[in-house]
Amino acid sequence: MPEQIPVLVVDGISKSFDGLEVVSNVSLKIHSGETISILGPSGSGKSTLLRCINWLEKPDRGDVYLANQRVGRKEDGQLMSDAELASIRVQMGMVFQNFNLWPHFTVLQNVIECPVHVLGLSKDDAVFRAEQLLEKVGLKVKRDAYPYSLSGGQKQRVAIARALAMSPTVLLFDEPTSALDPELVGEVLAVMRDLAAEGMTMVVVTHEMSFARDVCEEVVFMDEGQVVERSKPERFFSNPQTDRAKRFLARYE
Amino acid sequence: MTDLQIVLNEWPRLASGFGNTVLLFGTSAVGAFLLGALMVGPLRSQNKVIRVALHSFVDGMRMLPFLIFVYLLYYGLPTFGVKLDAWTAGLLGLIIYHCAYVAEILRGAWDQLPAGQTESAQAHGYHGHRLMRRIILPQLFLNSAPVFGNQLIYILKDTSFLMIITVQDLTYAASSLQSMYFVPLEPFLIAMSLYWVISLSIEGLVRAVQRTAKVRGLGRA
Repeated sequence: MPEQIPVLVVDGISKSFDGLEVVSNVSLKIHSGETISILGPSGSGKSTLLRCINWLEKPDRGDVYLANQRVGRKEDGQLMSDAELASIRVQMGMVFQNFNLWPHFTVLQNVIECPVHVLGLSKDDAVFRAEQLLEKVGLKVKRDAYPYSLSGGQKQRVAIARALAMSPTVLLFDEPTSALDPELVGEVLAVMRDLAAEGMTMVVVTHEMSFARDVCEEVVFMDEGQVVERSKPERFFSNPQTDRAKRFLARYE
Repeated sequence: MTDLQIVLNEWPRLASGFGNTVLLFGTSAVGAFLLGALMVGPLRSQNKVIRVALHSFVDGMRMLPFLIFVYLLYYGLPTFGVKLDAWTAGLLGLIIYHCAYVAEILRGAWDQLPAGQTESAQAHGYHGHRLMRRIILPQLFLNSAPVFGNQLIYILKDTSFLMIITVQDLTYAASSLQSMYFVPLEPFLIAMSLYWVISLSIEGLVRAVQRTAKVRGLGRA
């Protein structure tokens, strides 16, 4: 099988806050259609790494490439303008722990907002597509509700539809179920499983071990800002190679 | 003829003064809000020179009595060769003075807005003016309706200072009736009622915005 070109490349990313290095020289390659999960204890730098991928945090060192385009910097190394960065960010959907839906818009307006006002789709086309996406996440009946009136699980499913509406190359998930009541986690994971099965490329920072084990092509285990272990999920969960990963997994037995 | 009849016979003067007050109030409120909204981004700028300059402007306006500011515009500026007519000086005064307050209200409201709102907008390709107009400002306005209502009342009341630079507003009309017919009470009572009518409309507007905010879970500061 010929070597595939990865769609997302993270190359030697480091990031410090107030002198403390929270991500140290992390590199990853993600191929089209893959779902990888990033696991690790709180404070291991996994969320910061994810936020460096779309430059919500500007990495101190290292580069990110999305479909061969350098993110955040131009070819000559100069910083991109806000407009240039924005045009790359729309190729990466992001789903946040706290949903961050826009409360002044209805569910439908949340989903069509970026397609209409950033991507320049006609409103009719955007609404047509948004209704398909809301159907997919099981929330078409809520199209005219405000996010305020939804449960956490419903909010997160709308947030996923909102990210999908940009037709992104990659979807980034930052602990998408961590702010949810336990009984609402399943409905969000079900949507994510469907996406993975359809061949969506996803990077998922999560504490959901079952999702990582059953859905992902690869597991990346981080601790203290570094990638400690990366392997196929069946191997990682049955036979972790490092003591650190063994101790981490022991807490989820 | 009673004093009240004398005043009512002169109703065209009061009506014209009322019209001018509404016009001054409406124009300067819209102007101050637009200018204040434009200033709030730069007030939080990374660039220290811009930030300090704008903060100095905002603080300067807030420390200055409105009447003195208007005097400076109308009587002071001609010293530098800038002659404004009374209406221009009055409107400019209201807009510039109150945009500082509006900007400060918006800045405070933005500090309360969760950072995730900006981040999710940026992750969806928003930046600059579009981010402000579509995502940030609507939430700031919905979250601060009562404070903006207060500010509108201040703008309304400050319009009455402009009679001192000969703008023919409602207070000017009442005052001239008083001095023409020596009726000290009725003209001012009528003027008061008319200001009250405008204030009640402002109150209604604020309530409507608060209802809009409430169904969206906003405005519960």
